[in-house]
Amino acid sequence: MIYVEKFTFRETGVIKLEELKRLNLLPPQERLLKGPVAILECPEEIPCNICVPFCPSKAIQMESIIALPKIVWDKCTGCGICVAVCPGLAAFVVDISKQDADYVTIPHELLPVPRVGDKVMILSRSGEILGEGVVIRVWERNKTYVITIKVPKGLGLEVRAILSKPLK
Amino acid sequence: MPHIDRRIYEHPIITFNRGKRVIFYFEGHPIEAYEGESVAVALYALGVDVFSWSPKFSRPRGPFCMIGKCSSCFMTINGVPNIKACKYPVREGLVVERQRGWGLLAKSSILEDYKPASSEKIETDVLVIGGGPAGLIAALTAANYDLNVVIVDEHFKLGGQLLKQTHKFFGNVELFGGLRGFQIAEELAKKIALEKRIRVLMSTIAYGVFRGGYVGVVGENAHYIIKPKALIIATGAQEKYLDFPNNDLPGVIGAGGAQTIMNEFGVKPGESALVVGSGNVGLIVAYQLLQAGVRVRAVIEILPEIGGWFIHAAKIRRYGIPILTRHTIKYVEGDVRVRKATIIAVDEKFNPLPGTEKEFDVDLVLLAIGLEPDSRLAIQAGAVVKYMPELGGFVPVRTRFLETTVKNMYIAGDISGIEEATAAMLEGKIASLAIVSRLVDTSRSSKALEEAEKVLKFLWEEYRASPLLLRAKRGKEAVTISINELEDLRKKFPSPVSFG
Repeated sequence: MIYVEKFTFRETGVIKLEELKRLNLLPPQERLLKGPVAILECPEEIPCNICVPFCPSKAIQMESIIALPKIVWDKCTGCGICVAVCPGLAAFVVDISKQDADYVTIPHELLPVPRVGDKVMILSRSGEILGEGVVIRVWERNKTYVITIKVPKGLGLEVRAILSKPLK
Repeated sequence: MPHIDRRIYEHPIITFNRGKRVIFYFEGHPIEAYEGESVAVALYALGVDVFSWSPKFSRPRGPFCMIGKCSSCFMTINGVPNIKACKYPVREGLVVERQRGWGLLAKSSILEDYKPASSEKIETDVLVIGGGPAGLIAALTAANYDLNVVIVDEHFKLGGQLLKQTHKFFGNVELFGGLRGFQIAEELAKKIALEKRIRVLMSTIAYGVFRGGYVGVVGENAHYIIKPKALIIATGAQEKYLDFPNNDLPGVIGAGGAQTIMNEFGVKPGESALVVGSGNVGLIVAYQLLQAGVRVRAVIEILPEIGGWFIHAAKIRRYGIPILTRHTIKYVEGDVRVRKATIIAVDEKFNPLPGTEKEFDVDLVLLAIGLEPDSRLAIQAGAVVKYMPELGGFVPVRTRFLETTVKNMYIAGDISGIEEATAAMLEGKIASLAIVSRLVDTSRSSKALEEAEKVLKFLWEEYRASPLLLRAKRGKEAVTISINELEDLRKKFPSPVSFG
């Protein structure tokens, strides 16, 4: 029998890359290296399929309202609509195909809203400060800001939040 | 009077459009407030933490539930004691006083100008008690089939607890998924306003169900005796309490109460918070506190796992808010408001582990340990209820169409067992369609039943198929009975009341 390590995200509130991979939520390496692609960090069978009808490329599939989302990786263009509409703020777009830096697109619902060119603190899934990033693009949909940040090479799969200034 | 301004002027999600400025009097001090605010919120915004003193030990009491379900904000307004200040809209010239002990009628002033309230008799097809997601959908569904509907709601705004939900809803687009809770409330309220067949009685309380199928409803200077052909009780739920020393100190607030203060009214509930309980409510309120500019020190959870959905947990973890599992609250300290909270780790049997205490300097301790169905009216009417821990408390036994053992009395939403707003809307629809099928002609009746079956199928087989909803689903299965079982229960426990 193969020993399967237990998922720990229900204890920690932080999902590990290998857990995302086991749930088929992480794009394969070849796809990641091709350019921007969505990652839906949605590991539980919650009754929600909002991302499906909104995806302009019809790249997200769900067998039922409680199924985990499945992305057809080659259809996904990394446009970021899912980042804007996901009620769980669980959608991200990652681009690790560039030489100089990685690019991460995240949902943001805190004040202040950063502007293009701002330097911001970049945070991991557990709120650890990973360094500094630069805001590349900002757009909004129903008060969810979709923010693309340029982050140091190697951090594309780690950065999941930003802050313009430290929390109180 | 403290001189603090807790109003929120900038918020990432909500624009607080405050109404006209009004002045009222609080223990002799003029108070500036805005139309649309409740007395409780207007006082809290200016730093009033103590709303009353307890009758026996004169302990200070502050707001707790903020939705009219508890007695924490009882005040004397214009000489009338025991008014829920959380449900009382501010008005020019009100005279508000705190109560030390029991509230007493100021006999001379009140009784001299006492005039009995006008009493109106209303006959209607459907009476809906509660203007939250379940009640509003139920009302709209019945009106859509040309039935006359009366909605009774204790608040001065429609929407129930949708009013304070700032996150985008899950589900699918047809079920308002993707919209924020308060936006759903706005949309439903707009639709209700356009329906000529729906009459809304705001700021009223259904105080009892009476023989002959009457429901007594009372508001300020108004009394209604309503005789509906069918009744839908959609009274929602209330926050559960937790035992720990000083749990009655102002600053210990229900998580939902804090949401009302900050999201419905735009007032900061405190500066620094500890959240007790990591179910969805606890996780969501922690995120909302962050959005309102309140520091969140930690969310604690007595179980070894986070109670709510991972995605809600991830939203606060990525900003560095710790979720401390296997921890409980030991006590809070403070004189007139919480100053400090002490938590402690527990073992597998939930026994506290001495020496593991941690202290937090917080002025806010939010209880998010679960909700309890508000089934009081159904119980008073004589409905057979069952205690279901997985549903939060006592819930009426019902058919799959949500009819209780009281004939033509239906339930919908959290009163039927705690779930969330989407399930509440689906239940409101089912109960309403079942009533419609009894009250309209044959051809439309079968259409309504068909529609009800469709909603039932989606709710039970698709929506509640989620493993995260399993516990509630099992609880609901256990209290859902067949028509034959319903008839048996009606014989065994006859209710003095019936409708229709």
